[in-house]
Amino acid sequence: MPIIGANTLIQASYFIAAALFILGLKRMSSPVTARGGIVAAGIGMAVATLITLLSPDMGNYVLLTVAIAIGGGIAWLTGRRVAMTDMPQMIALYNGMGGGAAGAIAAVELFSSGAHGFAQLTLGVLGGVIGAVSFTGSLIAFAKLQGLIKRSVRFRGQNIVNLAILVLVVAHGALIVAHGGGTAPAIAALFGLALLLGLTMTLPIGGADMPVVISLYNALTGLAVAFEGFVLDNAAMIIAGTVVGSAGTLLTQLMAKAMNRGLGNVLFSGFGESAPAGAETGPAGSMKPIEVADVAVMLGFSEKVIVVPGYGMAVAQAQHKVWELCQALIARGVAVKFAIHPVAGRMPGHMNVLLAEAGVPYDLIYDEGEINAEFETADVALVIGANDVVNPSARNDKSSPIYGMPILNADKAKNVIVIKRGQGAGFSGIENALFYLDNTHMLYGDGQAKAAELVQAVKAL
Amino acid sequence: MIDGFIALYIFMLAAFTGYEVISRVPVILHTPLMSGSNFVHGIVLVGAMVAMGRAHTPLETTIAFIGVVLAAGNAVGGYVVTERMLEMFKSSKGKR
Repeated sequence: MPIIGANTLIQASYFIAAALFILGLKRMSSPVTARGGIVAAGIGMAVATLITLLSPDMGNYVLLTVAIAIGGGIAWLTGRRVAMTDMPQMIALYNGMGGGAAGAIAAVELFSSGAHGFAQLTLGVLGGVIGAVSFTGSLIAFAKLQGLIKRSVRFRGQNIVNLAILVLVVAHGALIVAHGGGTAPAIAALFGLALLLGLTMTLPIGGADMPVVISLYNALTGLAVAFEGFVLDNAAMIIAGTVVGSAGTLLTQLMAKAMNRGLGNVLFSGFGESAPAGAETGPAGSMKPIEVADVAVMLGFSEKVIVVPGYGMAVAQAQHKVWELCQALIARGVAVKFAIHPVAGRMPGHMNVLLAEAGVPYDLIYDEGEINAEFETADVALVIGANDVVNPSARNDKSSPIYGMPILNADKAKNVIVIKRGQGAGFSGIENALFYLDNTHMLYGDGQAKAAELVQAVKAL
Repeated sequence: MIDGFIALYIFMLAAFTGYEVISRVPVILHTPLMSGSNFVHGIVLVGAMVAMGRAHTPLETTIAFIGVVLAAGNAVGGYVVTERMLEMFKSSKGKR
């Protein structure tokens, strides 16, 4: 008999994994240590997975290896290849897979009557339902952000239909628990309803609200994993799942707040992409165009320039050229800072990833709270592909649909240059009062082309 | 092995831990952190493997097989994209 039993070894590996997950998440909350954080969590995962293979009741080794190779292989390939701009939907996809796995565990336990007792059965059913909802919901979120589903499906009484399905799922789940298990068709029906609920809940939500929804499903998957951990007596799953559940809930709240959207609003009203009602009169004044050479002079002889990038910049793939422009300015002694609104990009923090990809150091990047007071001392605010997040109407026009949303005070800078493709309104369809201000000039054209021209013009000064 | 109040204690302490660990995170890290926490619940892979070991009928084995495929996708995909995002973050001071 070995000195350390297989079971002790497995428990020890789960203990190490849980500790490394928490340490990893902690390190991921600072940009300096973040890289080490994910590596630590990865080591924990690898240890737990390898040791589990030693588990006495492990079987089906061939199938197991094939399954891990298929799932892991596809995820590795897609994860390596995906463009940084498409990151949000990939997170949704991988998250949905986790939810589906939790649902599958619950299904196996229910079909094989592995869950015993009231508590295990309840948590097993609950975790399975939540996992299944997260699975189809995340897949819809993925499809929407990937552009596979273009329109939001909405109909009258949709909330009532969703509520009805929810009540059915809960009642059916309660019946299974009360009977101490269910027949195969009953269990299949439970999962069918849960999968359907994920679909009908997510389909009506607009693309702009998807980040909050993905974050919510991330938290839900964590919770489902924790519940299944109770059923399987697996402490690593309980701890990791619960930590993600609570961290994900907090992250969801932070995101909803940054986007000025209540969570209830996101889930039940379907505003996400609806045009604002009522065509109010446009802002007074006119948009004044400006040429590249003039902008170059303005930037080159400034003391301080604040760049405000938006998702439009990433769509135009202009971030590398913009950073080149900033380097040219820094070489001339101009102080350059980047101001990022929490919802620049497609989810909070996404723009930072895109700028990091272009090589912009993170200590030049400031969020709205840190930099808003500095716009007054900036010579130029250079707005590239951003729109709603610099719209002063959010601050002073109570009739505006975005009134109350925290914005970047680009309008307070001495000069504002807006690089924009054309004269039309932005993503949300809301007119931007910033474009009509006296100190604002518009540089029309493709973001990447204009940034490249600016680089040449600044270097020629 | 883990039952009753012990399980409840684990649940409560882990919930507070998750909340505290995230509570002071800067906005610039929201996306990578969401991705990172997405990776962490990839530990569901371990559970799916155990479920596979317990599966007996062809139906159970099929479901468990799908579970393991999905869970492996969650763990591997979550790690790859998080690591890719985080390796790009660098400071203007120093080489790292």
